[in-house]
Amino acid sequence: MDFQYAPAPESRSVVDIRSSYGLFINGAFVDGRGESFKSVNPATEEALADIAAASAEDVDAAVRAARHAFDTVWGPMPGRERAKYLFRIARIIQERARELAVLESLDNGKPIRESRDVDVPLVAAHFFYYAGWADKLPYAGFGPDPKPLGVAAQVIPWNFPLLMLAWKIAPALAAGNTVVLKPAETTPLTALLFAEICQQAELPPGVVNIITGAGDTGRLLVEHAGVDKVAFTGSTEVGRAIARAAAGTRKRLTLELGGKAANIVFDDAALDQAVEGVVNGIFFNQGHVCCAGSRLLLQESVAEEFLESLKRRMASLRVGDPLDKNTDVGAINSSAQLARIRQLSQIGEDEGAERWSAPCELPSRGYWFAPTIFTGVTQAHRIAREEIFGPVLSVLTFRTPDEAVEKANNTPYGLSAGIWTEKGSRILHIADKLRAGVVWANTFNKFDPTSPFGGYKESGYGREGGRHGLEAYLEH
Amino acid sequence: MSLTAEVARSQGALRTFLHGLPGVDQVGAEQRAAMLGTRSIKTTAKAQALDLAIRMVDLTTLEGSDTPGKVRALCAKAVRPDPADPTCPSAAAICVYPAMISVAAEALRGSGVHLASVATAFPSGQAPLDVKLADTRAAVADGADEIDMVIKRGAFLAGRYAEVHDEIVAVKEACGDAHLKVILETGELATLDNVRRASWLAMLAGADFIKTSTGKIQPAATLPVTLVMLEAVRDFRAATGRIIGVKPAGGIRTAKDAIKYLVMVNETAGPDWLDPDRFRFGASTLLNDLLMQRTKLATGHYAGPDYFTLD
Repeated sequence: MDFQYAPAPESRSVVDIRSSYGLFINGAFVDGRGESFKSVNPATEEALADIAAASAEDVDAAVRAARHAFDTVWGPMPGRERAKYLFRIARIIQERARELAVLESLDNGKPIRESRDVDVPLVAAHFFYYAGWADKLPYAGFGPDPKPLGVAAQVIPWNFPLLMLAWKIAPALAAGNTVVLKPAETTPLTALLFAEICQQAELPPGVVNIITGAGDTGRLLVEHAGVDKVAFTGSTEVGRAIARAAAGTRKRLTLELGGKAANIVFDDAALDQAVEGVVNGIFFNQGHVCCAGSRLLLQESVAEEFLESLKRRMASLRVGDPLDKNTDVGAINSSAQLARIRQLSQIGEDEGAERWSAPCELPSRGYWFAPTIFTGVTQAHRIAREEIFGPVLSVLTFRTPDEAVEKANNTPYGLSAGIWTEKGSRILHIADKLRAGVVWANTFNKFDPTSPFGGYKESGYGREGGRHGLEAYLEH
Repeated sequence: MSLTAEVARSQGALRTFLHGLPGVDQVGAEQRAAMLGTRSIKTTAKAQALDLAIRMVDLTTLEGSDTPGKVRALCAKAVRPDPADPTCPSAAAICVYPAMISVAAEALRGSGVHLASVATAFPSGQAPLDVKLADTRAAVADGADEIDMVIKRGAFLAGRYAEVHDEIVAVKEACGDAHLKVILETGELATLDNVRRASWLAMLAGADFIKTSTGKIQPAATLPVTLVMLEAVRDFRAATGRIIGVKPAGGIRTAKDAIKYLVMVNETAGPDWLDPDRFRFGASTLLNDLLMQRTKLATGHYAGPDYFTLD
């Protein structure tokens, strides 16, 4: 029997989107002096709101507000008092979870199931977790009296807009820093709603400042002389430019950059769960995940069987309206990203890899890309080396564990990796040899505020999350 | 030699085959089951699912206190679950103890509702083989067209797979034309690896259906266990071309739960299994909740419990 799920859309009326947004500086929304731009719903190409762009003067005002708040309020405040604000913010995030989830899906294109069940709960969890650290910093292992750095400039990407904000702001504030944060130009709305939450929590003005704009605004912010610390999540290319700009200054720097993670499936894996894990590894969030398992390394003895199961599973992925509660894969975040995914996929075909896309009907408006795998890929293919940042999986095979390790490590990146086997000793043996910041065993894309996250090699440096995440925001 | 014949030729071959099946990662299986449970089935899809679920119910009474009167009432319910609504479909079958078959057969005559009987020293299965076979033959002779047997869990857990296999083969033979549902009693098998192995063992031995539970042991049917069984029938079809049915039984009490199972069937084994010949619910109280939700969907409001018959 054909069982079609009727549309089950989450109501967008739970969130009020203003027609235009200013910059959040010193506890209030102010007009930007740059040329405003629009944030677009990638699923429909509908403009959601006008967003102010921060000019050099605006950036300067935000940094000065942050400095003032650091010197007069937040820096001197005892940790147990700072914790109260962070706990309050965490609770408000939980109370307004539905609103945040709907807004995130509208602005980013990710399925509501994901923003509702993954992003927003993790955001609240991050604030709760770091709230707990605020009065315990002397016991964090960074000396008896670690000090905050001052003003942190934070630039975040569009793939997990609110979650990346939480990863940046929660540890910075817990450690006693004040922040100026710039969300990505295509996904500023949840950060601006977070600014309202800061107001609602009566956070002292200037502790959190949120300025919007494109790459230029980000550059002005990280290059500003009044900044003590720069934290960036995004592409390796931009990360390099930031590292160059910060070199020779007093600024401390953490970078969380790209990845090309290997997901290694051994022939003794629990195959049905491994298929799920591979699907989750690459199609979660449309593959817009820096730690996505974008290279599948299959042991040759199960390759054929596994690929058959993988294709069958991919055919059941539900691609479409991000607000539909039954959607598994949403919209590509922007036309620029869609163009890049298309370009690299074309290169994959031109280089001789075999392309297979899940049979699914894509909406006519908006930015969409069907979940796709490439087989017959070798280490020499560009789609095996470059980060595609989309729902595209490159499949390679291996014969022995050593070969798997060699191929997994043969990349300039080193953010994450996955191992699938029912044999515990193999997990330990292989994990020890993989050069990646996170190694998942029999799971993938699992995040927790207590666990540090970060890369090897060109995937960046510094760790976010856990006790380790505090280090980037403390003088010791 | 066919897969079934090849694997079943010795205890050693059976063991090698069953232990060569891919393992099941319990954490992963539970996550997948939980994710499928978040599907939102509304409006037309819900109406379709509720009617299908009603058509899949094996309306069950397996009590020492069962009487002919109780069984007749249940038969009437299975034939016309909602006396106020002629468009409401019948349940799939009645499931009773062997002593009640003749009563049920009389009550169901000409209705198209199947008559299932538990047999083989249900629920423990702790009886000699000849007693189990006699139990089965008697049930079929009395008019049961479906037999729900239990496997020998003790033998399975001790690794005596051939013994379990051969017993199922013998019961299948005693069934004649009656359909055989093999109850794995997954609550006693402890691991999902065992659920997968027992599923294959039953299918290799000739089961028409694999069924989770007797309902007498906790836990009875769960979503992760059913997921593994659905994967097994899917893979068995790919290997042999034969389609085996799945029946979760015990503990499924609400329409919401039933719909979760249907979503899981749809997205695991596939739409071919969305058919009462291939998927059943072993349940008693479930039917009334399905009827209540069905009425709610049609009329827009809930009718009180007294508007649905208690049988």
